[in-house]
Amino acid sequence: MSATAPKPAPAVEAPAASAGASERRRRAVRLATDSTALIFVALLVLLAIFSALKPGAFATVNNLRNISIAAAPLLVLGVGMTFVIITAGIDLSVGSVLVFSGVIAVKVMTALGNSGWGVVVVGTVAAMLTGLAWGLVNGALIAKARIPALIVTLGTLGAGLGGAQLITGGVNLRGVPRELVTVVGVGRLFGVVPWLVAVALVVTVVGAVALRMTRFGRYTFAIGSNAEAARRVGINVDRHLIKVYALSGMLAGLAGMISLARFTNTTIAGHSTDNLQAIAAVVIGGTSLFGGVGTILGTVVGVFIPAVLQNGFVILRVQPFWQEVAVGVVLIAAVYVDQLKRRARDRL
Amino acid sequence: MTTPLLQAHGIVKNYGHVQALRGADFAVQAGEVVALIGDNGAGKSTLVKVLAGVTHPDGGEIRFSGRVVSLPSPTAARAMGIETVYQDLALAPDLDPAANLFLGRELVRPGLLGRLGFLDKSAMAERTRTAFAEMGAGVQSDTAPVGSLSGGQRQSIAVGRAAAWASKVVFMDEPTAALGVVQAGKVLELIRRVRDSGVAVVLISHNMPQVFEIADRIEVLRLGRRVARYRPAEVSMEDVVGAMTGAVVQEEVS
Repeated sequence: MSATAPKPAPAVEAPAASAGASERRRRAVRLATDSTALIFVALLVLLAIFSALKPGAFATVNNLRNISIAAAPLLVLGVGMTFVIITAGIDLSVGSVLVFSGVIAVKVMTALGNSGWGVVVVGTVAAMLTGLAWGLVNGALIAKARIPALIVTLGTLGAGLGGAQLITGGVNLRGVPRELVTVVGVGRLFGVVPWLVAVALVVTVVGAVALRMTRFGRYTFAIGSNAEAARRVGINVDRHLIKVYALSGMLAGLAGMISLARFTNTTIAGHSTDNLQAIAAVVIGGTSLFGGVGTILGTVVGVFIPAVLQNGFVILRVQPFWQEVAVGVVLIAAVYVDQLKRRARDRL
Repeated sequence: MTTPLLQAHGIVKNYGHVQALRGADFAVQAGEVVALIGDNGAGKSTLVKVLAGVTHPDGGEIRFSGRVVSLPSPTAARAMGIETVYQDLALAPDLDPAANLFLGRELVRPGLLGRLGFLDKSAMAERTRTAFAEMGAGVQSDTAPVGSLSGGQRQSIAVGRAAAWASKVVFMDEPTAALGVVQAGKVLELIRRVRDSGVAVVLISHNMPQVFEIADRIEVLRLGRRVARYRPAEVSMEDVVGAMTGAVVQEEVS
């Protein structure tokens, strides 16, 4: 038989009669335990509270722009991390890959004269290819050598950061093309949307579409849900895992370029908690650490909750350290909700 | 007797020092239910794995419609119309029934979007509804993750998936082991429908009354060899159990 359609079998039998009631109950349980919906409401509540307390300072276009710019690189990392975590994996190396890719990009752009859009494009490609290479190494070690993702990416976290310091002698490289800083770094698309945010937005939309609507996304869910089942139906699980880690690495490379545009130097020491922040954002957004469940929209919300908290606390003159405490609490709550959801499902 | 649809001859499979199959024979015709039975360790599951392309035999010959074939992978077996329902069902619990039915065989949209891998979800959902309705595999929800459905529903989805894609042979490894009486009855009904559509069904089961209820033929494995073949109407349960335990040997293996 051609692999296009299931063959109809003969005869018909009525489905179970109680389908309506139990279906409603299932829907109710699903909505009540839908962590993405819950966390979205939480974000709206946060925005409402800060806006009510400091309308003049918080609820302004400028301030929302600042929050978005701060969130942009994390969002790019978070999109890749969402794919990784949906496969029931983890990528601790993103911060180091970001730094390493930025260093390579600066080296390449400096060698090319550090001026003009052509150099910026080449630098971006170099950063993304560098990230891709790290991702391929991660993926190959995880899928082929069967080393746990936690260990592989912990290893490349160290190796990437160490490598970046070896190349630079531990001193941050400066000198990026003027265009990158003045246009991409501080400029705005149509005078409204900061370029950095626009880039992150495009990555997010493409990621969300790929996850929800394409075969690539479907395999990502299937592998996280039951890798053995995916293998048995003929999905090349190893190759798909390598692709997913490569995607995460490549996006970390892009985030490295975003970081260069924003900070104008390689900020080697500034990304040691990017991995944990990205993981927290993804998990807060309702993606399950056990795999098989997750959304990009949830990750967007998960990125913005810490960003809004940070910004709101500063405006309210609350010690911003409270943000880290609050994010920790939300993170634990998110995982707890995920557990409840799984238990509810298994009971049915 | 016509040429069997799928035939194994002298299959040998060793796992280290363990001889799982020592020259096993097996045959199934189109449109019949064959129960493959045997004590634990008789080699039933290994034989099914060999015939489903999951494991590779160390010796012996597999014929499909009379031609000698090799089954290097489950994909190769599926391309011939051979499907398997595994004991653990091999479903993705977080995906809905349609996604499971089409897992690894997703339909994509026509044109450029299709080449980019965009899924045709509505077509898959539609065909899933039709397929399950026609098989009488009453699946309650189209959109709920499979893991949130009852054991019987999950089983129906796994069996229904195999039945929907198999054009030649379906292997089922203990398809009713985890089910209650009513649900098991539904699965048996589904097996009959699949058989009546001309597909060969190979059933592994320890449940003797069930085997006698549904099987057109019984093949008994013992210690990695086929030791007997029966028609349920012509034999008693004692005879079959005797063959399983070695008290009766019908076929002498050279």
